[in-house]
Amino acid sequence: MTTVSETRAKSLLYLDNVSVAFDGFKALNGLSFVVEPGELRAIIGPNGAGKTTMMDIITGKTRPDTGRVLFEDSVDLTKKDEADIAQLGIGRKFQKPTVFESHTVWDNLELALNRSRGVFATLFYRLTPEDRDRIEEILSTIRLTHRRQELAANLSHGQKQWLEIGMLLAQEPKLLLVDEPVAGMTDAETAETAILLREIAKTRSVVVVEHDMGFIRDLGVKVTCLTEGSVLAEGSIDFVSNNPKVIENYLGR
Amino acid sequence: MLIRIFSLIFLVLASAVPPLAQGTDPKPLIDALAKANFKQAEELIAEVAATGDPRVVAPLEAFAEGDLYARKADGVVFIGRSAGSQIALVDPLTGAEAGEVAKSAATKIKVNNNLRRAIRASLGGLTLMSPDRGARLQAATAILGAPSAENLQLLEAALAKETDAEVKTRMEEARAVSLLSSDRSLEEKRAAIETLAAKGGRKAISVLRSAQSSVDEGLKDDLDKAITAIEGELALWDMAQNVWYGLSLGSVLLLAAIGLAITFGVMGVINMAHGEMVMLGAYSTFVVQDVIRSSAPQLFDWSLAIALPVAFLVTAAVGLAIERGVIRFLYGRPLETLLATWGVSLILQQAIRSIFGPTNQEVGNPSWMSGSFPLGGMMVTWNRMWIILFSLSIFFALLVLMKKSFFGLQMRAVTQNRRMASSMGIRTPWVDAFTFALGSGIAGIAGVALSQIDNVSPNLGQGYIIDSFMVVVFGGVGNLWGTLVGALSLGVLNKFLEPWAGAVLGKIFVLVLIILFIQKRPRGLFALKGRAVEA
Amino acid sequence: MITRFVLRALDGKIVVAIGILLAIALLVPALNLLVPLESAFHVPTYAVSLLGKYLCYALLALALDLVWGYCGILSLGHGAFFALGGYAMGMYLMRQIGSRGVYGDPVLPDFMVFLNWRELPWFWYGFDMFPFAMLMVLVVPGLLAFLFGWFAFRSRVNGVYLSIITQAMTYALMLAFFRNDMGFGGNNGLTDYKEILGFPVQAAGTRNVLFAMSAMMLALCLLLASGIVRSKFGKVLVGVRDAESRVRFLGFRVENIKLFTFVVSAMMAGIAGALFVPQVGIINPGEFAPANSIEVVVWTAVGGRGTLIGPIIGAVLVNAGKSYFTGAFPEFWLYALGGLFIAVTLFLPKGIVGTIQQGWSGRKAMKAAEDAEKGRDADVLPQAAE
Repeated sequence: MTTVSETRAKSLLYLDNVSVAFDGFKALNGLSFVVEPGELRAIIGPNGAGKTTMMDIITGKTRPDTGRVLFEDSVDLTKKDEADIAQLGIGRKFQKPTVFESHTVWDNLELALNRSRGVFATLFYRLTPEDRDRIEEILSTIRLTHRRQELAANLSHGQKQWLEIGMLLAQEPKLLLVDEPVAGMTDAETAETAILLREIAKTRSVVVVEHDMGFIRDLGVKVTCLTEGSVLAEGSIDFVSNNPKVIENYLGR
Repeated sequence: MLIRIFSLIFLVLASAVPPLAQGTDPKPLIDALAKANFKQAEELIAEVAATGDPRVVAPLEAFAEGDLYARKADGVVFIGRSAGSQIALVDPLTGAEAGEVAKSAATKIKVNNNLRRAIRASLGGLTLMSPDRGARLQAATAILGAPSAENLQLLEAALAKETDAEVKTRMEEARAVSLLSSDRSLEEKRAAIETLAAKGGRKAISVLRSAQSSVDEGLKDDLDKAITAIEGELALWDMAQNVWYGLSLGSVLLLAAIGLAITFGVMGVINMAHGEMVMLGAYSTFVVQDVIRSSAPQLFDWSLAIALPVAFLVTAAVGLAIERGVIRFLYGRPLETLLATWGVSLILQQAIRSIFGPTNQEVGNPSWMSGSFPLGGMMVTWNRMWIILFSLSIFFALLVLMKKSFFGLQMRAVTQNRRMASSMGIRTPWVDAFTFALGSGIAGIAGVALSQIDNVSPNLGQGYIIDSFMVVVFGGVGNLWGTLVGALSLGVLNKFLEPWAGAVLGKIFVLVLIILFIQKRPRGLFALKGRAVEA
Repeated sequence: MITRFVLRALDGKIVVAIGILLAIALLVPALNLLVPLESAFHVPTYAVSLLGKYLCYALLALALDLVWGYCGILSLGHGAFFALGGYAMGMYLMRQIGSRGVYGDPVLPDFMVFLNWRELPWFWYGFDMFPFAMLMVLVVPGLLAFLFGWFAFRSRVNGVYLSIITQAMTYALMLAFFRNDMGFGGNNGLTDYKEILGFPVQAAGTRNVLFAMSAMMLALCLLLASGIVRSKFGKVLVGVRDAESRVRFLGFRVENIKLFTFVVSAMMAGIAGALFVPQVGIINPGEFAPANSIEVVVWTAVGGRGTLIGPIIGAVLVNAGKSYFTGAFPEFWLYALGGLFIAVTLFLPKGIVGTIQQGWSGRKAMKAAEDAEKGRDADVLPQAAE
């Protein structure tokens, strides 16, 4: 197992000894964690282990009390806010699918496109042929081509999850944080999502938080298990799921 | 000079041994003034005073003013008031009219400064020695207000006899004041300055200031020291008075906000009709007092105690109706709730206007709510006092209800996790309804108290709604202690801004400060922090 | 760029609405000035001013709708921007009185003479010039909105909290303007105007021009609002309303988006106030009253927030109702208004226009849903391999 200091030189995301407390409750406790470029990583852990808090810190929603968070070895994420971090190339999918329900699928993707996001740029924005092609491409990746003019509100739960992933793709991030993407999905949808994520991970790094062990097995990637705000174990799914501490804290006997 | 001292001593002796002269009819003595020369008159004055008869004050005062006349026909002495060419005569002791006579038919009894002094001294003695405690206190206060060295012996004699603590203190102060303008020794004057410094107050300062010009060189330092000491103390009392006013305003804010702390703070319901609940409480008080006035006036002092449960029930019922009729359909849509309850507030205002008319209604203060008492260097009015106590007791009662009772437990359970609470068998709709009714009822109770210090009109509530929201938001939503601290600190802040910014500008200042504060700490002073708080 | 913006704004219903407004701008003055008094079609002059007042209110409601209906910011302080615009116009009109005031001072307005002021306060400088005053009509409300929004949106004051502090803002301004030493006429406000640009304010001709200006300004602002709403920016705006954090995590600066919209909206409100003042002949601190601002919210809600035509229809309907009720049954107006607040929130949350639109698109959506139903199986199990 490589240590944090060795991987530091080539990391995409680097968390060092990060702690944050809410009213005395230590949500994160000296968490250190590294994601390499092009890596697909799964994170598991019991409720309250700090998975969502970790994502909040990476995306700038929460500020850590102590510790460092570096993006591409150089950018200190703790000094940036959500919009900065998104523009740097970190996309985030929420636990509950969050799309713009009163917009069409197409408009959702158009908004997410990685274009200038200033007030006047958006006021006078015009859909270029390139942008049109890009949206079409994403639509086919997330299997929503035939529903492009549908209001997002009318999509099924699984389709909303996909649309949200599609919006993240449109953002062209270097790192994608995905929080419980298959919660509430049918088995068929779950399998489909695993394929989708693996496909996405070909061109960028993805961090997936999930409870569904079957899904993680499907992904077949390096797994990190968090407990009480710090890393309990890290390695392949078999390595982690055979770790006695993981069994005790999370999987159960 | 010698004569004066003699006469004073005589007078003091005379008044110190009242049984000798007391009971003597002063009438012949007064009549004797008609033929007396100055010297005799002085003795007569002493004798008149020595009778101890309180009725002699009027003729003595009239004598000093030169209003004492002897009727030429029979030599009887009267108090006369010039009325054109006539003189209206009044019996010197009884004050009964004795007809008018021509100016030529009466002789004015002559008076000189020496006599005037004697009269003043004997008058002071009369009242300082009066068996009536109130009269003695008044006399001492009068001397305190217009000190003169001539009263010194009198005061000292009176002091020796005085037993009442309050009167004695007042006399000592009066003596100290008089002493400063006398020719007594430096030591005594120094002691007098200390007495005055210990008394404090604006009057003491002005006395000391006026003494500054006349006093011996050696005492100047003592004077200055005493003045600064009193000024420092005064500043402290001013501060205390300001804090008191602030607490009093804060307690009013607390009263108005405390019901909102439940409906908004705990339930998250924006009730814009909250002010109208306060208003309904005030009108309940008015109706209760109206009934009492017409049917059982002897109960008037109890009217507020009776109005409390009435106001609580009335407003709680109205609150229940609002919750069941409007708000329950709007849970989770705070902005819509805001609009709908604003509509409710308009209807309630207009309803009250239609029933009672648009003008202010007279709500009386029971006797125990009126008046004031001094506390050190400040005045404390009873109604403010009671309102502070009342709002604090409501606050703590509510705190206990929330933390200790089963209903409070259910209420907190529902607000923290509605689904979980409902799956544990709590009837969440009823908890909602009763929580809202409770908040409204408390607003009604607040209305009873506010009816004592504010105009009871249909617009009463409007004046409180913004302030109440500010208090709750400033203190931190969902935290009763925050509401307490928020209300009291805003009240005090307001009163400290007032002296240099004026009442309106002060209020604007506070509003702006709160607006800025909320932007700095959007969740208030005592914010709940953590993951549960969704940004 | 601008032409594209305008062309995009001019779609379907907006063209019709703007056409109607321009027609009204011509028709009403024509019916007032050209049609003889005894004709049934004659519009009396007082009615022209009354209608002009409604149009100003409609513009105010449109401004509020831009922030509330599209961006989700419920401002309970829009009356403040309206009033500030009105005061800027009122100050110009006061300076135009010149020496015709009661005290005949060539520079100082009457109330200043009355208060024994020796000279004009600095903030009254320049208001004798029409262009400057018109600039202030935009700048003053815009600046207040900018300062307020800068702090509020940056520190993410949201939802009800924002509503409450906007209410506190207008309340504080009301208290301030009630003070005599603020220099805005205190309690009585600014009134007794004589002339605007040299034309007598009371004259029928001037009133008709003011009316036409109101209608045209409303049409112009409608065009602007439509352009904003139909651009990508407008879509982001709705995104902020529906899922603010999603917009943030997509990399948009939500605070800037809100700030821009809030400032534009405040300026529109300022224009509305400036047109309102010469038509009613007075501006006083009562316009800052929190109750006024909330009333604007109900106009918007009645007409339909999140639509552009809705607030205009709502403002005109509610105010026509108010004129009728306060004349016929003054007792009942507050009952009616209160009931309106409750009824709209409970039974007509989308407002009149929103509900009609929903009815239209509902029919379309039902058809679409049927079509979708047929193809559903194919949706759920898409081809795995790409």
